[in-house]
Amino acid sequence: MIHRSLISLPAVAVAIILPAFGQSPAAKVSAPAHNKAWTVPRTADGLPDLQGIWTNATITPLERPAQFASKLTATDAEAKAFEKQSNDGLYGDKRSDNPEADRDHAYNALFFDRGTELARVDGVARTSLIIDPSDGKIPLLTPEGTKRNANRFRNSFNSVKDRPLGERCLMGFGSTSGPPMLPVLYNNNYQIVETPETVMILVEMVHDVRYIHMDRTQHLPPDIRLWMGDSIGRWDGDTLVVDTANFTEKTRFRGSSTSLHVLERFTRVAPNTVLYRVTIDDPATFTKPWTLEYPFLATAGPIYEYACQEGNYAMTDIMGGARKADRASEDGKK
Amino acid sequence: MRSLLNLSMVSALAVSVLTGIPAAGQAKIPRTPDGKPNLNGIWQAMNTADWDLQAHAAQQGLVLEYGAEGAEPGGLGVVEGGEIPYLPAALAKKKENYANRLKADPEVKCYLPGVPRATYLPYPFQIFQSEKYLAIAYEYDSAFRNVYLKDPGPAPNDSWMGQSFGHWEGDTLVVDVTGLDERSWLDRAGDFHSDALHVVERYTLVNPDIINYEATIEDSKVFSRSWKISMPLYKHVEKNAQLLEFKCVEFVEDLLYGQFEKKTGK
Repeated sequence: MIHRSLISLPAVAVAIILPAFGQSPAAKVSAPAHNKAWTVPRTADGLPDLQGIWTNATITPLERPAQFASKLTATDAEAKAFEKQSNDGLYGDKRSDNPEADRDHAYNALFFDRGTELARVDGVARTSLIIDPSDGKIPLLTPEGTKRNANRFRNSFNSVKDRPLGERCLMGFGSTSGPPMLPVLYNNNYQIVETPETVMILVEMVHDVRYIHMDRTQHLPPDIRLWMGDSIGRWDGDTLVVDTANFTEKTRFRGSSTSLHVLERFTRVAPNTVLYRVTIDDPATFTKPWTLEYPFLATAGPIYEYACQEGNYAMTDIMGGARKADRASEDGKK
Repeated sequence: MRSLLNLSMVSALAVSVLTGIPAAGQAKIPRTPDGKPNLNGIWQAMNTADWDLQAHAAQQGLVLEYGAEGAEPGGLGVVEGGEIPYLPAALAKKKENYANRLKADPEVKCYLPGVPRATYLPYPFQIFQSEKYLAIAYEYDSAFRNVYLKDPGPAPNDSWMGQSFGHWEGDTLVVDVTGLDERSWLDRAGDFHSDALHVVERYTLVNPDIINYEATIEDSKVFSRSWKISMPLYKHVEKNAQLLEFKCVEFVEDLLYGQFEKKTGK
């Protein structure tokens, strides 16, 4: 194990804990409020019960907006102002007098699913998902990581293999399946089912299923590489701790390498809330590990099928269109 | 309780007579804390139903270069009575599907397999059974079904894996599947269905390592009567058994979009 284990959450509302890898000035994070009347529910097998349908939709950005600088939390007034500004931009009427141009703004509130609120932990609004480093920014990338990350935006149409994984229906976009399981623009729903041997997480987008193996403590041999990595789990008190490695070289999480190592913690902190904390470690890519924290909130569901490949008419148009453009450009040169 | 038990013993006996598989009650089966048969684990059919539900001899495969590796293995079939009762027009369509199967079989394009085909694809699947939930995840294409344990009402729309509603009849899990998209097939031999398909599956754990699986298939647009398939599902008992990813989308991109690759060097 290269990870130092997190200090377990003390049962004191105002306790301050250190994020993993406590080399950097620790972000101050309060532990979840403990309602004395409420205890973590158990499954019939006696396990802490994380089961249900959850959403991590939020308008809290991954990285902290400049206006909040070094502040991890926002006051109620600041939160309200931010939410209004964000929601007006995201969901407001974007029509102009030019119907042609409006086609690009056709997504509306019905389609988007980012929620309307900042993520709240312990009732307090968060200004960024990143809690460590304390500036709320992704750490500097290594030169190698910078190069890989730039490739993400290459936008080449030479081969289907150049297209983003989401467009190819291989994975949901934006690391929705992860790990880390990030909130994205829409389809932010998950279903958790627990058995003593395996905890299953259905990711709505591209019906990806994560298997958390509770029955082994070693990762698969290094030559077995998986798009979502190999996840092994254990219970640390009432917290599910999931350690994931063995990612493929094609799983590019913000320029990550095959040595990407992700440590997740899932804690049921209230009937309708699982607090998710995830640390991303990849020395080949990021100059130091970084940690995110946000809630998964209970949602009614059900989750309907996200068949992607079956209806991917766009890929034929995208690639066919690119070749048509090539031909037009060739003709123009003649 | 007593009458339930008796009922399950009778049905287990019927299963035993039909299939020759030991009936539940003869072997001790694992149970969940709430007393239900414990179906948790990784399962797989060990037959050639995905090549053809009906009896078929082995034959040369469709891709010459695959040689013996691509040849189609024979099997005695899993259809009760041997024959799928097609309506005449549907039988003609099945034959057309068979002739075009290399191009038309949704499995070739890595499409979701539908039900019951997901069960007997040549890949393992995992059942997740807790007190509150029952879900089935298939290795092939990360296909997934949530089996509702409370009546969800009519399916709001058709989907590739349909809507599954499960309940227990004694020790048998009965899953009623509706809302299935008409585009999935039943096997690689062109057997098909319409949007009127209704499947009732029965999962009976007959010993710790075998589920007897039955599916009754009803589709008045395609078949003259309902018909049934049955097969044992075997538990993967190897110590390191687990599902791996089979994200086949990547494997069919060259097939589907290769014609659009940019030609370089000319």
